[in-house]
Amino acid sequence: MITLTLDGRTVSVEEGDTLLDAATALGIDVPTICWAKHLTPVNACRMCVVELEGARTLVASCARRAEAGMVVHTNTERVRTSRKVVLELLASSVDLSTAPKLAAWIEAYGADVDRFGPKAEPTSDRDARQTGDHHAPDGATAATVAQPAKVDNGLFVRDYAKCVTCYKCVEACGTDAQNTFAIAIAGRGFDARVSVEFNAPLPDSACVYCGNCIAVCPTGALMALSEYDLRKAGDWHEDRQTTTETICPYCGVGCTLALVVQDNRIVRVDSPEDSSVTRGNLCIKGRFGTTFVHEHGAKAPADAPSR
Amino acid sequence: MDLRPIRTAPTPDEVEAVASALGALPAEGPSSTSEAASQRHLLLPALHALQRRVGWISEGGLGEICRRLSIPPAEAYGVATFYALFATTPRPPTVVHVCDDLTCRTRGAERLCDELTARHGPAGQARDGAVWLRSPCLGLCEQAPAALLQVAGSSPVERAWGDATVASVGEALTQRRAPATRRSPIGPTDGLSLLARVGKVDPTDLDAYLAVGGYAALRRAIDLGPDAVIRELTASRLMGRGGAAFPTGRKWAAVASQPAQPHWLVCNADESEPGTFKDRVLLEEDPFAIVEAMTIAGLTTGCERGILYLRGEYPLAHERTGSAIEQARAHGFLGDDVLGGGRFELEIRRGAGAYICGEETALFNSIEGRRGEPRSKPPFPVEVGLFGKPTLVNNVETLANVPRIVLEGGAAFAAIGTAGSTGTRLFCLSGCVERPGVYEVPFGTTLRALLDRAGGVAGGRPLQTILLGGAAGTFVGPAELDVPLTFEDTRKIGATLGSGVVLVFDDTIELLPMLQRIASFFRDESCGQCVPCRVGTVRQEELLARLARGSPNGSWTSERAMYRELSQCLRDASICGLGQTASSAIESAIARFPNVVPEGA
Repeated sequence: MITLTLDGRTVSVEEGDTLLDAATALGIDVPTICWAKHLTPVNACRMCVVELEGARTLVASCARRAEAGMVVHTNTERVRTSRKVVLELLASSVDLSTAPKLAAWIEAYGADVDRFGPKAEPTSDRDARQTGDHHAPDGATAATVAQPAKVDNGLFVRDYAKCVTCYKCVEACGTDAQNTFAIAIAGRGFDARVSVEFNAPLPDSACVYCGNCIAVCPTGALMALSEYDLRKAGDWHEDRQTTTETICPYCGVGCTLALVVQDNRIVRVDSPEDSSVTRGNLCIKGRFGTTFVHEHGAKAPADAPSR
Repeated sequence: MDLRPIRTAPTPDEVEAVASALGALPAEGPSSTSEAASQRHLLLPALHALQRRVGWISEGGLGEICRRLSIPPAEAYGVATFYALFATTPRPPTVVHVCDDLTCRTRGAERLCDELTARHGPAGQARDGAVWLRSPCLGLCEQAPAALLQVAGSSPVERAWGDATVASVGEALTQRRAPATRRSPIGPTDGLSLLARVGKVDPTDLDAYLAVGGYAALRRAIDLGPDAVIRELTASRLMGRGGAAFPTGRKWAAVASQPAQPHWLVCNADESEPGTFKDRVLLEEDPFAIVEAMTIAGLTTGCERGILYLRGEYPLAHERTGSAIEQARAHGFLGDDVLGGGRFELEIRRGAGAYICGEETALFNSIEGRRGEPRSKPPFPVEVGLFGKPTLVNNVETLANVPRIVLEGGAAFAAIGTAGSTGTRLFCLSGCVERPGVYEVPFGTTLRALLDRAGGVAGGRPLQTILLGGAAGTFVGPAELDVPLTFEDTRKIGATLGSGVVLVFDDTIELLPMLQRIASFFRDESCGQCVPCRVGTVRQEELLARLARGSPNGSWTSERAMYRELSQCLRDASICGLGQTASSAIESAIARFPNVVPEGA
């Protein structure tokens, strides 16, 4: 065991545990965006930074291993300033309208999301930018990642105007879960983006539509088409939704499904992150293959919203 | 691996280009995942070969690379789009990169670009199979303005030249030829050590190097043995010259003692800090010394293989170091048993236009065929570096000091300079200076004395400011000229020596456009991995645009407060040194030149 001090309290953690693990053990809440339980830490969002005595800069608690004798502060003025600015930078450049967790932090940290000026108009050239070159800004507006949503298949939508480039979808598509490698980060700097080779539409890519990228997306940039359509029509009502856990009817693996039901219709299918079978992952059938319930099975009530 | 291939079939040219990098065989890709992983490092050389042959990273060509190396196409595309020298949309075979960075700006680069626009169309617009592009610093600052010609095809051409004019760039665009690279002037030649052979000994001939005592240091190092060499190096108190100033002896000792095998040696020759050209001069004019120093480092720290990671924009350095390695190998100075001291092999890997790849862990990722994004530290490279193995990374200039320390002893070296900064240092003088060039002086020389050595401000004009250490460095004013150039003294005035940049601005230079160029540079060169740097460098550039327009968001008081917090977040929360220093020069200018940001509201 390794013993260290966090916010004045002593804590012991296992060898290999991170500062975030230590904070969690003490019940101290450290905000994270790009971290997830079953993904390799990329420490890209920098929300989880903490102050480590003796270190020149703040350190990312999600990736920094605990060492004996470390003295760590998770909520100093310095820490709060960096987290606040990170939130301001994200909110000024990304559409966070379907990221309630971030909205709550913006409130809690007193982030001034308008301090960089009004948001610039969306652009259509984000996928085509040449690395190492950009149009000089005039400073009147704040550049954003806004671009039209990519609706190029019948199962899910990629709305990269909402993308905070946390790398989670890339990891889930790669060795951390699916091993399909359909997407990667392309471009550089502010023009870095999640992309298929040569910006091809998803049906021309290696995508197998497992939707495990949707499951890890923290901002709703990746969303099942069923949810996307309902939201667009103003028919997405979380207060009318219930979640029912069941077992996937398709194969013998026995994945746990969490059916999100609104007005007696399945509007989204998840799997619990802590399920020992799935760790939150599913395949195309489990995640998208439940519409038969409505089409061939029990008749939908007459008052169900029609699509 | 079961990968979905790119459907576009490669052309015969594309197949040949890829084969030139990967060998003609085998038709089938790697047979296993582990074999594929072991070949991934060939991605960057293969991309270079494709770009060199067909002028861009075409779909068919990338598909061929992915098939040969079993790399997922999305990942290979992600790597290709990481580098500025690669184009993933069709580009004409002839490209001229025209430097419009800080130094070149002081020497008329903007006027040159205006004239080129009038004569050959705007940057980026293809005409008659040729196109010119604006480029960040090309590392030819002593000959500013600089340009780089690249002609793709079966006989590709690559040439960088200085004193670029509308005529020479025009000839490059239309005739596909460029003036020969001029020999770099070096400062006064008395008391030189690092530059002793520069301009005097033929850099293309091993015999010439041997005739002036070349490879005596390697023989001595083998006689002394690794422990003694590391003792001398530690005694010399040599500090890394790449910018971070880490004690070299400690680094070597750490790598030498690592139980994990194999050990890797990397020479960081990705010199890309705007205003820096010292490593280029060493590599072009004294390549055998770097090869010898790397061999000493390899044999001393137990590395059987070394990689020289060279900036993509340095064609002459590539040619010279490549030839030096071949000659050294032919003479038995590289190979299975180097002078009875053990095995050491060396190869060159070229960057492709990415400042961030000078960051050591980004450099590893680049060599490994991944995007050049920095890794989080710890673990440090001495434990977990290239291919996950213990790795010794040294800058070119750092290594150039090694033969002398081996021959003369650490104590003799430590007697030069000051107690905290031993030895001599190369400085890159450029901009509004009478005699730009590389200058070697002992640590402790004042900035004023260094400037005087270079003939002072060009034309005897008043000095406005000096950018010390590069775009990641600091501006210092005329009142600070008496600072001794040491790690410790510059730290005292809140400055840094960085990569040895001394970029001089006279009173006629408008400072704000220079700050805008710095902001634009960081916005382009951020890898995009972490939020502070990815978005913060954009916000910084937008602020400078508002300064140029004279219209703040809210008030200048609130803009000051915003920038204070933004730069604190960049310094504190960025993953690597790029983000951590991206606001340093601009902050220093604001602090020293109060009129940069208007007073009051």
